[in-house]
Amino acid sequence: MTTATVLPFLQAFLVGGLICVAAQLFLDLTRVNPAYVMVLFVCLGAVLSGLGLYGPLVEAGGAGATVPLPGFGHSLYQGIIQDVTENGLSGLLTGGLKATALGVTAAVLSGLVIAAVFNPKG
Amino acid sequence: MTATGKPGARNRVGRQTLRFPSRPVIISTGTAVGPREGQGPLGTGFDVVKKDTLFGEKSWEHAESHLLLEAAGAAVRKCGLTYADLDLMFAGDLLNQIVASSFAARELDVPFVGLYAACSTMAESLALSALFVDAGYAARALACSSSHHDSAERQYRYPTEFGAQRAPTSQWTVTGAGAAIVAAVGDGPVITHATLGRVLDFGIKDPNDMGSAMAPAAVQTILQHFQDTGFGPRDYDLVATGDLAEVGQSIAALLLKEAGLDLAGRYTDCGLLIYDRSNQDVQAGGSGCGCSAVVFCAHLMRRLLNRELGRLLLVSTGALLSPTTYQQGDSIPCIAHAVTVERAGPAPSPRGPCPAAGGGAMLR
Repeated sequence: MTTATVLPFLQAFLVGGLICVAAQLFLDLTRVNPAYVMVLFVCLGAVLSGLGLYGPLVEAGGAGATVPLPGFGHSLYQGIIQDVTENGLSGLLTGGLKATALGVTAAVLSGLVIAAVFNPKG
Repeated sequence: MTATGKPGARNRVGRQTLRFPSRPVIISTGTAVGPREGQGPLGTGFDVVKKDTLFGEKSWEHAESHLLLEAAGAAVRKCGLTYADLDLMFAGDLLNQIVASSFAARELDVPFVGLYAACSTMAESLALSALFVDAGYAARALACSSSHHDSAERQYRYPTEFGAQRAPTSQWTVTGAGAAIVAAVGDGPVITHATLGRVLDFGIKDPNDMGSAMAPAAVQTILQHFQDTGFGPRDYDLVATGDLAEVGQSIAALLLKEAGLDLAGRYTDCGLLIYDRSNQDVQAGGSGCGCSAVVFCAHLMRRLLNRELGRLLLVSTGALLSPTTYQQGDSIPCIAHAVTVERAGPAPSPRGPCPAAGGGAMLR
C-alpha cells in the first residue's frame, strides 16, 4: 500500500476522531444528557458550514467529517443553499431533506427492519 | 439507655422513633439475585443466583416479579412455613404503580400492603412488619422489596437497547429481591426500634448522582435515631446505609463526623458491599430497592446469626423522584428509614449455641 492510499484513511480517522473526542468531553465535563449533545452537534455542523468552516474539514477528512453528526448539519445547510439557488425561497423548506434523503431514509428503513426482526424488552 | 415513651404514644421515643417492646423476630430471610450480583463479593450468600437477567420471562417487569417470588419462596421454605401461614405482606419496588410487587402478590394469596418508598423500601417494610407484629395485628408478616437493573434503566433513564454511556457518579441498580419473615415468636435476630425518616431535599437535580442527593437524608435519620433512643455509637456494631455508594457514602461519613457522631469504621453502605467496583464496571456502586434488601437479607443477617454483629442499624435510603419530575427540572426529595436489628437474646452479651448459618434460622 502506498502513502497515497493510506493517507485519506488516516485523515478521516483524525478528523472523525477529534469530533468524537469533542463530543465525549462535552458529555463528561458537563451534565447534559446524550440527546442534547446529539442535537447540539447537528446544529454546530450547520453553523460551522454557514461560516464556511466545515467545508475544509470535509475536504481534509472526507467521511471522517461527513459521517459524524455535524456532517448531517453541514448537509442540511449546503442542501438548503443549493435548493434556494436553484428553485428560489421554497428551497428553505425542501433543500435540507433533499440533501439528506439518503441518510434519513436509511435510518427509517433500518429502524423498521430491526423492529420487525427483534423484540425489544426495554 | 432507651428513652421512655411519649404521653399518648407509649411506644414512641423522641421525635421519630418507634420501639417494639415485644421484640419481633426475623425468623427467616430469602434472597434472589441476577448474575452480576452473584459474581460479586457476596455472591455465595444468596439463596438463588440467576444465570441471566430475564429468567425466561417476556419482559424486565415480569423478571423482577419473578425474582421477588423466588426470594419470598426461599424465605418461606427455609423456615418450613407456607404462604398460608403469613398474615400480611409488605412489598414495594421502583416501578410505576409498584407492579413488580403487586404482580408477585397476585400469585401469593396473602393480604398485601403495597409500599412506595423508593430504595428505602426494605427498612420501611421491616419497620411496618415489626409494628404490625408488635401491636398484635399479625403473627407473621413478610417484608420484601425488589429491583431489576433493566426495568429501572428503562423507566428512569434510557431504553436498555440504546446502550447509553453511564456517568462515573451513576450507580448500578441491583437486580435482586430480598424477603424477611417477621414473627411474634421464633428464633432469630429481633427488631427493637425503627426510625421513620423525614423527606429532605438539598436541591440536587442530577439523577445520575443519587448518592449525593440521599446522603443528607441518611445522616438526618441516623442522627435522629441516636438522639431519640439515647444509643451511643458504641451500642452499634455496624451502621449500614442502603445505597449511597461511593460518592454518597463518603459525603455521609463526612457529615456524620461533622455532626460529632464518630462511628469509627463501623459505618458501611450496602451499595459498596454488593459489587467489586474495581472489576465489575458498576461506576459508584449499587443502588435500588434490591440493594439493601439482598445485602441485609443475606449478608448482614448471616453476620447477625454468626454473632459477628450484636446490633445493627439498617438505614435504607430512597430518592423520591419520578422520570417526569426530573425531566421537568425538579430537584430530588430523599428519605431514609432505619431499623435496629439485634441478635436474639440480651444483646450485646453472647449466649447459647449459634443458630444454623446460611441466611435463615428455623422456627422452633
